[in-house]
Amino acid sequence: MAMQAKPNTISIDGQEIAFTAGQTIMDAALAAKIYIPHLCHYPGLRPSGNCRLCVVEISNRSTAACITPAVTGQEIRNNTPELNAIRKTITQMLFVEGNHICPSCEKTGNCKLQAMGYYLGMLDDHFPQFYQRREMDASHAGILLDRSRCILCDLCVRASREVDEKNVFAIAGRGTDAHLIVNSSTGKLGDSTIAVTDLAANICPVGAILIKEQGYQVPIGQRIYDLHTIRETALQENVTKEHHEK
Amino acid sequence: MTAKSKIRIATTSLAGCFGCHMSFLDMDERLVALLEQVELNRSPFTDIKQCGPCDIGLIEGGVCNAENVHVLRDFRAHCTILIAVGACAINGGVPAMRNYFDLQDCLQEVYLNGTGVTNPQIPSDIELPLLLDKVYPVSEVVPIDYFLPGCPPSADEFLQILEPLLTGHKPELPKSHVHYD
Amino acid sequence: MSFVDSICHFNFNPAILISMMNQRPLHHSDSPREHLLHRLYTLQQEFLHISPQAMQQVAAEYQLSLGQVVSVVEFYSFFYTQPCGRFHILFSNCTSCGYLSDEQDLLHLLCQLLQVTSGKTRHDGCVSVHETSCIGLCDHGASLLVNGLPITRLTEEKITQIAQLVASETPLLQWPAEWFEVHNTAHQRSLLLTEYFLPGSAMQKALIHGKDETLAEILRSDLRGRGGAGFGTGKKWQLCQQAPGHAHYVVCNADEGEPGTFKDRMLLCDHADALFEGMTLCAFIIGAEQGFVYLRGEYRYLLTHLHTVLNRRRQQRLLGQHILGQPAFHFDIEIVIGAGAYICGEESALVESLEGKPGIPRIRPPFPVTHGYQNQPTVVNNVETLIAAAHIIVQGSAWFKAVGTEESSGTKILSVSGDCQLPGIYEYPFGVRVQQVLDDCHAHNVQAVQIGGPAGKMIGAADFNRAIGFEDLSTGGSFLIYGQHRDLLAVHRNFAHFFAHESCGFCTPCRVGTQLLKNNLDKIAQGRGTAQDITEIKQLSHLIRHHSHCGLGYTAANHVLDGLQTFPQALEAPLQQHFSAQFDLDQSLESARQITHRDDASAHLD
Repeated sequence: MAMQAKPNTISIDGQEIAFTAGQTIMDAALAAKIYIPHLCHYPGLRPSGNCRLCVVEISNRSTAACITPAVTGQEIRNNTPELNAIRKTITQMLFVEGNHICPSCEKTGNCKLQAMGYYLGMLDDHFPQFYQRREMDASHAGILLDRSRCILCDLCVRASREVDEKNVFAIAGRGTDAHLIVNSSTGKLGDSTIAVTDLAANICPVGAILIKEQGYQVPIGQRIYDLHTIRETALQENVTKEHHEK
Repeated sequence: MTAKSKIRIATTSLAGCFGCHMSFLDMDERLVALLEQVELNRSPFTDIKQCGPCDIGLIEGGVCNAENVHVLRDFRAHCTILIAVGACAINGGVPAMRNYFDLQDCLQEVYLNGTGVTNPQIPSDIELPLLLDKVYPVSEVVPIDYFLPGCPPSADEFLQILEPLLTGHKPELPKSHVHYD
Repeated sequence: MSFVDSICHFNFNPAILISMMNQRPLHHSDSPREHLLHRLYTLQQEFLHISPQAMQQVAAEYQLSLGQVVSVVEFYSFFYTQPCGRFHILFSNCTSCGYLSDEQDLLHLLCQLLQVTSGKTRHDGCVSVHETSCIGLCDHGASLLVNGLPITRLTEEKITQIAQLVASETPLLQWPAEWFEVHNTAHQRSLLLTEYFLPGSAMQKALIHGKDETLAEILRSDLRGRGGAGFGTGKKWQLCQQAPGHAHYVVCNADEGEPGTFKDRMLLCDHADALFEGMTLCAFIIGAEQGFVYLRGEYRYLLTHLHTVLNRRRQQRLLGQHILGQPAFHFDIEIVIGAGAYICGEESALVESLEGKPGIPRIRPPFPVTHGYQNQPTVVNNVETLIAAAHIIVQGSAWFKAVGTEESSGTKILSVSGDCQLPGIYEYPFGVRVQQVLDDCHAHNVQAVQIGGPAGKMIGAADFNRAIGFEDLSTGGSFLIYGQHRDLLAVHRNFAHFFAHESCGFCTPCRVGTQLLKNNLDKIAQGRGTAQDITEIKQLSHLIRHHSHCGLGYTAANHVLDGLQTFPQALEAPLQQHFSAQFDLDQSLESARQITHRDDASAHLD
């Protein structure tokens, strides 16, 4: 198979697509407008591979598409019932690990975790809740940090380091004690250098980092994922674009 | 199923706001057609207090106290199919926001230290159901057959799940209808 | 039956040990500051915790962000943000050297006697008692570390005495010296443990034969990594040698954290010369000037000895500038001590830790062999592998290949513990049958053997005829024996708790999955499980195994999948016919009962 493959070409669910040297499977897929579900990946930021929503199979081996280099001849399984079932379970894991009370969350309708649940047909959380107590930080005048909703995707950490060049966030702790920390003398967001216009303040896929006083500008029912699927929006995303828009 | 043997449905609201029940009523004129096939047993709509043998039970709200546990178990015992309806039944919902605090702190804030409290005391009466340490999803207390998310699920969604069940089919909520808010 | 029984009695004089515990690891690299983990350890020792102020100070000293320092402090189990007791006691919770190993809860007993809650420091700051993952004393029965020093063979009586000594705040120096003795008992010796190793002998040969021929000899020996994965050692060295970089590094993985393994403890005590020589050989071949031994924090008490050997080797010109008079061969070894994180045994996590970061496994590829320490080509090898390499150069690859099997040449050193009469170190040619090991260590009525520790394979009697080797039962060396009387569900729970505690938290399947698995097994043990839970466990296990980020996740569910196949009764016997709540309903009313002072019938749920 690999012998006959065209150079710099991979196939995803039977569809042949081209890639350029250095691209990951995710990069190549997004460039070809093929959706591989993901939460911790954002084009333009260094990939992390932590959420595992983008698991794909190559020769029956699972790998995260966002951190796996594209190699000529790869035959990749992506949009299969089995993999989508795995992804649904991983989404449910993220739901029970945190405290995701959608009706009370300002992010509802614009939340990617929620949208992933919709996309994968998730009707319940399946697992018992973890009931974690996590610290809320309202110290910043314009930004709220509610760790109850954090899915440890690391996007704010990377956005702050790579784009904002501020290094406001980090993840500390081990296992389910892992939590987002703020890089300021008090550990509070209010004492950090973050600004409401920073990419780090806006990239949170869930309602963990919220810009204050914007929550209900768009009514529920008319928000992003009330109107679009995450598949549609994910194919449009790019840090450079977001960054220039801000 | 013959027209004579109507499908028996029971409904209840545990730790919920009755919003799901209100939404059920939003079926409006479609209720008339539904009631030709369906007979309501224990439900706030009927005021029947004891659950008889039913085909379908609809549970709104999460489990916050001992009475909720008894009612939920009663429904499970009497209903062939049990459906968790709405965000609160499915993962605790808004009432579960009290899970961020110890029960003691909640009660002290509400009954002892809160603004405008007169005659401060934490209620203790054998008539009052004791609170659980947390608000739990119903599926953590009894097995649940189907889940209808939403806060509340719309009238359309109630029909989406009920109509197949009335004809003995497995319901499947189309993805375009799924929402958690 | 014949076996060699010898006791290597290392000098564990508590006076030396105590002075050593406060000694900083010597510093030989060209970096200007001591290792971040060592700096944090010093603070922990001095102030019994690492305060926010201390973290700020360290951040300033090291020109790191505060966040990075906090991340490191909060990642490692042996750093605390709240003060520990002046006597800080860590009980192992492994199934062999754990506090439950003799059917009594020694941790609970000590806590009772000292009026302290496990995991919390007593009000007067005198004592804190915690549990920790296996401390590598499995051949010594129930064991603990008090301020880092090992006390073994715990009994109820000894616990009572410890309680008295702590209560009276008797300095450790005045505790019975024999308590601190650690014996290294090798019951079975083969190639590596019988051959005397003359310091410098391998290097002299290597210098005579040159790099290429020395590497060729390692390649011919078919030596494979002894950590369990079995990557060809010569191949790894060759890849590293060929990888471009400003500098090359050799790292010894002495972070022996797999519960049930303690062979490195003996190897570091008795075979440090061969180890350092193996590293020097590797350095010679790959062109490294700097090597590291990443030593698990639980073995900190070996540090003095290792430094003594390193210093002697420097004097013998086996380390340092111009090794054995070679004008262009400079190499030295620094010891970096971990701080309680099993995941740092994973080579890329180890490299991260070496760089002073949390031990989160990297994205691979690239592998450390091309992009390791400081992103430079790095060989990471197990202690036993490096020792074998040194011997191979002295004795020749034919000597090594003469024992073992086609696919697994040489010998394997096993750490045997659990339900047997002669726990200890056993070295066998690869290919040895499990039953042979069981016979040699006098294990009778064996129900199960956990080969390779919790991450390895659980087998029953039907498989005792199987062989230790890369082609059959691959192992890093942990060999845990469970007799017929053992409750295997308790063993599974122990392992599941271990993985949930040690998961680094990076990826969702492992971070959340190991917790769910733990909760499922606990639920079954509490008598609330149903057949549905078995289905859940299977599905969850497959998800964790196939979709995690690193080896910890790939292997974390092995034990339960093996168990379900071989000993299904252990999990199925406690199952209930009818669903019961995911949590203890009556217990969930307890706080309300206390607040309302009610205890009537309706204040309870069954």
